Amino acid sequence: MSAPLSGLEPTARPPRPSALSNALTFGWRAVLKFRHVPEQLFDLIMTPLMFTLLFTFVFGGALAGSTGDYLQFFLPGILVQTVAFNAVYSGMNLSTDLGKGLFDRFRSLPIWPLAPFAGLIVGDVLRHLIAGGIILGIGLILGYRPEAGLPGVIAAFALLLTIGFGIGWVFIVLGLLIRTPTTVMTLGFTVLFPVVFASNIMVQPETMPDWLRAFVAVNPVSLMTTAMRGLMAGTASLSQIALALIAPVLLTAALAPLTLRLYQRR
Amino acid sequence: MPDGRTQTDAAPHADAAAPAIRARGLVKRFGDVDAVAGIDLDVPRGMIFAILGPNGAGKTTLMRMLATLTPPDDGTAEVMGHDLTAAPDAVRGAIAMTGQFASLDEDLTGRENLIFLARLWGFGRRAARDRADALFAAFELADARHRQVKDYSGGMRRRLDIAASLIVTPGVLFLDEPTTGLDPTARQRVWRMIRQLAQSGVTVLLTTQYLEEADQLAERIAVIDRGRKIAEGTSRELKAATGSGVLHVTLAEADPLDRAAALLEARLEAPVQRSPEGARLSVMATTAEAANGAIAALLADGVPLEDFAMGSPSLEEVFFALTGGAPQSEDAA
Repeated sequence: MSAPLSGLEPTARPPRPSALSNALTFGWRAVLKFRHVPEQLFDLIMTPLMFTLLFTFVFGGALAGSTGDYLQFFLPGILVQTVAFNAVYSGMNLSTDLGKGLFDRFRSLPIWPLAPFAGLIVGDVLRHLIAGGIILGIGLILGYRPEAGLPGVIAAFALLLTIGFGIGWVFIVLGLLIRTPTTVMTLGFTVLFPVVFASNIMVQPETMPDWLRAFVAVNPVSLMTTAMRGLMAGTASLSQIALALIAPVLLTAALAPLTLRLYQRR
Repeated sequence: MPDGRTQTDAAPHADAAAPAIRARGLVKRFGDVDAVAGIDLDVPRGMIFAILGPNGAGKTTLMRMLATLTPPDDGTAEVMGHDLTAAPDAVRGAIAMTGQFASLDEDLTGRENLIFLARLWGFGRRAARDRADALFAAFELADARHRQVKDYSGGMRRRLDIAASLIVTPGVLFLDEPTTGLDPTARQRVWRMIRQLAQSGVTVLLTTQYLEEADQLAERIAVIDRGRKIAEGTSRELKAATGSGVLHVTLAEADPLDRAAALLEARLEAPVQRSPEGARLSVMATTAEAANGAIAALLADGVPLEDFAMGSPSLEEVFFALTGGAPQSEDAA
């Protein structure tokens, strides 16, 4: 009988890689996943695509006078909704990974403890870029025109990624806390649907009752949408952008350390 | 960022003579339950050491503590000379763990999984690829390296999982139930690989609920039940401590069953279980010699035998014997 492990040299540990190198390796894994599981894009695109088409053609005329005017109003907001929903899927993926033994392997390796999450975030950024790009592309085909041109779109996407980064922590924490991936999804959408609808993404809040209008005015999703519209149209003020960044910055500051604690405690 | 190496360098450096594992009074509580209720463990280097116990005995929790995945609530332990709580990163640098559930990314190919882990260890691109390919060849998986892991069979997955633990040759390899759920051929193959790893100098600590597995592989066995170590020793020592094996005798015809039973009972001084339907008798035998003598006595008396076999005591019998009364073995080391 042959010796199956013959020829396997004992191998010593190479010099410890940097935290950045660890994070990039996890990012590489996220890219590979896209190559092997391209169908995950379907999950990411379908909801925002349906929203875009339904709202534009069914409600658009009634809400804004014409479908073209409505699309012009609606598209920057649907991008915000897209990254928010994307973040739910990322939390779901994390919960799935944790349910298998994969993270035990990571945790028994001498690596930067936050590297797996850096990898998740790289994956998120890719997802946001791809999904956002496709929705924008469909918008352009349907007649959407960003007044600020390419620089406006680039600035808006930079803000969009920051928003996605901030919201991402919420679902990383949920993914760490909740063992069943479908519960992460249900809970995520239960929270997100009211927050997304009770905002200025779909309609101007003028006709809403006072109490709801008060909520819409301070809803972070509204602030983000206002800034996105401004950047795409070239009318954004610094204060609008600052307001849009409040929630992502606070979420990151509060939840990134919590993530590390939860992860190490598991 | 905490760096484990600076911590180890500050401590007296892990000397080569330190045992692979030295644990004292390890405790892990989950709520009111003591999953691990004070376990001492000494595992010398280069040995295959088995932790044997039923489901829920605390085997996995003990292993997870030693692999830095779960902090102990009490007690101390050193792995390859590094303190578990003071220098967990140094411990991680000296160990590898293959858990009960495949710790692989199923969407990636087998090769991508190994390259990914090699890159995390700090191998360069090229070195990572070379190491992955060497492991695939050594684990007889080369044909499958470009397939996604989700298309691997259970045995292949298990082998890849163990290969993933050998990217850097670990001082201690933890294997949590390495063959649970495998068919006999795949099990044999995994056993063969574990033996060769130990021959190459890797200390292997494995958990198992199969007496046979511990018997086949391990030089020493610790028997764990309800969070406590109830016995430790070589497989032979444990069997001697638990008393015996079981001699099963099948007669060619049922007629002389009573005569044969009386003979065995006199010879082995133990009660004989009879199953007249199959003309079978079972009796505890303290040693193989005693069993041999009993068989010879049966043949000398002209009892027609169809078959006889000496069976190992089952895990249940071992536990019964150990929990029943062998308290002196509790501190055996």
